[in-house]
This record gives sequence, C-alpha cells and structure tokens, in this order.
Amino acid sequence: MSGSREAILGAIRKNHVQSERARPPVPLFDQAAPSDLREMFQKSLERMGGKMLTPDAVDPMAPVRQAIVKPGPVVSCVPEFQGDMQITPQTKPTDIAPVEYAVLRAAFGVAETGSLCFTEKQLHVNTTGFLPQHLVILLDPAQIVYNLHNAYQRPEWTQAHYAVFQSGPSATADIEGVLVHGAQGVRSLSVLFHPVS
Amino acid sequence: MTAELHEELTDPHADPHADQLDHGAASSRPLKSRISEPQPRGAKIRGNRPVDQSEAANRFMAATEHEAMHDARLWDLRQKRDKEMHGIEEWEELRNLASGIKEHTLSKLDYYLELFEKNATANGIKVHWAKDGAEHNAIVLEILRSKGVERLIKSKSMLTEECGFREFMAHNNVEVIETDLGERIQQLDDEAPSHVVVPAVHKLRTDVASVFAKTIGSDPDNADAHYLTECQREATRPLILSAQAGMTGGNFVVAETGTFVVCTNEGNADLSANTPPLHIASIGIEKLIPGLDDLAVFIRLLSRSALGSPITQYTSHFRGPREGGEMHVVLVDNGRSERLGMEKFWPGLKCIRCGACMNTCPVFRRSGGLSYGATYAGPIGLIIDPTFNVHKYRNLPYSSTMNGSCTNVCPVKINIHEQIADWRKTLAGDGEISPVKKVMMKAAGEVLASPVVYRASLPLGRSALRHLPHFMLYNKLNTWGRKRDIPETPKQTFNEWYRKNRKQQGEGEKS
Repeated sequence: MSGSREAILGAIRKNHVQSERARPPVPLFDQAAPSDLREMFQKSLERMGGKMLTPDAVDPMAPVRQAIVKPGPVVSCVPEFQGDMQITPQTKPTDIAPVEYAVLRAAFGVAETGSLCFTEKQLHVNTTGFLPQHLVILLDPAQIVYNLHNAYQRPEWTQAHYAVFQSGPSATADIEGVLVHGAQGVRSLSVLFHPVS
Repeated sequence: MTAELHEELTDPHADPHADQLDHGAASSRPLKSRISEPQPRGAKIRGNRPVDQSEAANRFMAATEHEAMHDARLWDLRQKRDKEMHGIEEWEELRNLASGIKEHTLSKLDYYLELFEKNATANGIKVHWAKDGAEHNAIVLEILRSKGVERLIKSKSMLTEECGFREFMAHNNVEVIETDLGERIQQLDDEAPSHVVVPAVHKLRTDVASVFAKTIGSDPDNADAHYLTECQREATRPLILSAQAGMTGGNFVVAETGTFVVCTNEGNADLSANTPPLHIASIGIEKLIPGLDDLAVFIRLLSRSALGSPITQYTSHFRGPREGGEMHVVLVDNGRSERLGMEKFWPGLKCIRCGACMNTCPVFRRSGGLSYGATYAGPIGLIIDPTFNVHKYRNLPYSSTMNGSCTNVCPVKINIHEQIADWRKTLAGDGEISPVKKVMMKAAGEVLASPVVYRASLPLGRSALRHLPHFMLYNKLNTWGRKRDIPETPKQTFNEWYRKNRKQQGEGEKS
C-alpha cells in the first residue's frame, strides 16, 4: 500500500496551512519531591486499589507466603521466592492461564501514581502480568521515582520491546459506575518493599 | 452459570453494592438505579438524511430513570476530574504544554510519521498506511487471512468504530470479540458505544442483565454489577485464550522511540496484545507525539480528565514484537489530512479522546451519546462529525448551549465552543441548514438588523415572558423550555435602565 503512504504524506504537506509551531520544553516538575518516596508511593498505590504488605525483618519472604491464601499454582519470576510452577523457554503465553498467584519484581515504581513498571525482562512471559488471578510484587524502595516525568527518563523505554505501568489491579466501572476489581486482568495486587539482594 | 463463577463473587464479606470507581474521591455519591425501564434507543439513521439529535434526545429524557442515572454518573466524573485538577499545582501549565506539543506535532506531522515508521520498522514492527476505513479493513483482513485467523480479540478503539470494522469482519467470517466490558456489552447488544471512555454508560444495570441473559446465559433476574462483570470475565476468558490474533488501538504514538501506548483500566489491551502470537494496532495519524518527555504530560492529563483517577490501571508501551510474535501498526488517515487544511477546524485533531467535554456538557448528559447518531458524540462530536459528512451531521452543531464548559475542561485546550459557533456559520453559508431554522433565522435577522425594531421588540418579549401562562412557555415548540426553567425576566431592559440612571446623571451618552 505504498501508494497510500505517499498520498497521505502528500496530503499532509499540501494541507499544512498553519506555520510550524515550536516544540515546548517539558520541565520535570519535581522541585517538591520528598527524599523518601515510600509513603507517597504507598498512598498512591492504595488509592488505585493496590495493597501494601508489611515487611518482616527476620523472615523477608514471610509476607509473600502470607499473601498467598488461595489454593492453585504459584509462578515466581524472582530468585527470592520459590513457586510451584516453572517458566521455561517453552512456556507459551496461554500456559499462564491456570496460575492463581504470580510473584514478580517491578523494574521501578512511581510515587505520583502508585504505578509499577514491568518489562519482558521482569515478566519472563508477558502474560504473567495479566492472566494470573493475583499478583504479589517486590519493589526496591531505592527504585521509586517521584513522578511520571522522572519515570520517562528511565532507561527501560529504549531497552524493552514491551513495558507496562500497572497501577493497582484490573478495574472496571462500566456498569452504573460500580467499581469491580478483576474485570479481565488480575483481581488483586499486593506490593512488598524489598531491596534487590 | 453461577456454579462456574470464581469464589470472590460468593464472598459473604463483599459488599454487593460497593463503592464506585472513586479512586479516593470521597465525596462521590453511590448511584443505583431504582426501577427497571426499557432502554431508549439512539437516533434513527435514514441513509444520508440529516440526523435528528433532538428527536432521539427527547426519547432519552422521557426515560426518566435512564436520564437521571446518566446525568448523575457523568457529573460525578466531572467532579472527580475537578478534584484531581485541584491536587496538581501545575495543571494549567500541563494543559498549555499538551496543547503546544500537539500543535507542534501537527505542524510537522509528515516528519513525525516518517520518524515513527523508521524507528518502529527498525524494531521489527510492520507499518502499514490506510487512507480510509475501507483500506484499513482490507489491510487487517489480509494480515488475518495470511495467518488463518478465525477469532480476533480486541480492545476498545474509536478508530475501528469509524471504520465499521466489526461489521466488515462479520461479513468476512472473522469472529471479533471485544474485551472491554462496556464495549462487550455494546457489541452483544448490537449497539454502538455511546461514550468514548464509558461505552455503556447510557444503560442501567437491568439493561445489562437482560443483554447478558440473552447472550451469555446469565441469570436474567440478577442485575448486580459484580455478578454481571464476573459473568463476562468467565465467558470471555476462554475466547481470549483461543484467539489467534489480538487487536488494540493506540492512545499515543512516540515518534522518537517508535513506541505506541495503550491506556486501559481492565488490562484487556495487554491480554489482547500478549496472549495470541499476532498483534495488530490501528492508529489514527493524529496520535503522534515527538518524544517520551511529551508522553509524560499526556499520561498525567488523560485519566485525570477522563475519570478523575491519577492514571489508568494499565498504561502499556509497545515498541516491538515479542520473541516469536508478530506486530503490525496500521496508520489510518480517514479524513484527518484533509481536516489539517481546515483553517478553523484543524485544532480538533489535538483531541486525545478523554471524554471530559461529554461529561461536562448539559446536552450530552441529558440526551445520551447515541442520540447523536455518529461515531463521536458530545461537544467533540459536534465539531468532528461534520468533517466526515457535512449534510448528515448538519444539525449536530446546534446541540449545544454554548456555555463553553467543554473548552474549559479540555486537557489539550481545543476551542470547542468557538468551533461549534464556526460550524454554524459555515453550515449556514453552505446552505446546510434546516427549513425551520431558516425561517427563524430570517425573522431574527430582520429584528436584529434594525436597532429601532430590536429595541421596540425587547419590552414586548420581556413582558410576554413575565405574563404568559406556564403552558405557553413550556411547550413542544420552545425547545429551550424543556427540562429547564426560563430565567426570571428583568423589569426593564438594559437600555431603559441606562437612560434612567446614567443619562439623568449626564454621564457621556453619545448615541
């Protein structure tokens, strides 16, 4: 369809009636950023329907084990926690469908919105972010940025083919505005602050 | 059906009528329709004849429960948006930036499209160009046929609505499954989306219950939103797992990195894109922005303006196919390059489809999106739809009170109400004006053209408004009396007041 490509670009060039407008520089809007972003992140996450797990200094993975309350396969994409279903290079995206819990590590978090960033590197198979019923997520507090302007300065965007901000669990309010979690994606999302070991 | 449901649904501790999607907006009023009432349908489409929006709006308003719920729900979204806005000190600066970035990009659109194509291609995305909806549909069908696809899962896209995509695929034996809950409700009810963000917002829960009972076998007497949502999840999941291809739209396209971005709350775009081996994205050419710095501005504005939430639950960035997968982007013009050349109307191309103008519009809230009989409803529809078909949508620019609220809430600062006024002028100039309006305009024109006649007419009108009985003001001919009280009329005109108070004091009367 190269004919259409030329036709569209030609029509755009012909119809450029307005003179070229300058590209505005975008500030980072981060002068008010607190030095410790954990509290702000937690507040934002809870607003989006996510849960914070309480860290355990003696047994760091205890909160993850305690968060897994329903029976069913658990997939872990982190070395700190052992799941009971393995992801191998042969695992297909649809193989994740029966998974009840996936344990993941976020690449980083955003305090402004409570968002967690995942790329194919953290997800192993991209559907581990969406097909399981529940997610339990490890986040290094040192990897929290203040706002979305700072978030888009990160290197992930030019390294990964796929990157997603998850901000709380799947949600819908399409029927009379009633909030329901788990419309298509995960029903719950819990986060544990846990530095990379 | 019930036996197959996930246990969350039968959780005895779960509040069956839990909060709205309020994202911390504590002042939100919980809504619940009280009665079941037949759903009013949208505008009657008669080929190319002008759509009669007010006829359909009257039927919507006559369904009082639907009208009240619709009005309350959308006004609630507007209030949540305001609350978010007040929480961000740089809000107005962000709006200025968003408008400036879009204007910059549109002024160099050819450059940015080629830049995106180059970067996306380098990352393994196959880029296609379609000049209209028909070509878009043909390109997608060809890709699907080359892979033997029989079932396609899809996330919501206004562009594919423009293209008549679902109907086309039905004729070509490809099953299309919408995965957004609201869009799926509309698909199963064989109805278009009524709002760009909340497609089934004009329906009551009882309407949804009756659609699902007929189509996916839910209990017709259970109209609980949790139950209905769960039924849809359980019914759609096997279709997602067995589809051979997935389709999404694109909210933003970042030229410098070759990335396209999709925003959803349900995670359905991520499922559609990541589960099957083939991902096709249909994107309008106006969705381009230069770089990632710019993207931050739009992500901060989009969901805050749309739903009053800080961000959509899922913001997904696609820069290339995953290993073993295939990714296609179809860039669609469908009238956009022509609109770029319209001196007064090109700023409509800045639109990011947040729906804030619909939520705030008193006409939209009371008449429902389907009354417009067009892909785009509400204020933004009034200025976009006539660019697709000036004759068919010639009445739409009159479905506005011109209160300017749409312009005030627009995150990219489109001068919507000014464009509505400009469309009225343009349509009148082109002879695209209804016979009733022509007669009224002629009479008004004669009165307004003569200062003497105009001044003489004012006290008459004023006195008439004060003394006419109620039934004469609030009747079928006076559309302004519907659902609205006429403001109290002043005892004298401004001119009378001026002559009495200022002229007597001898203050500079010249004429």
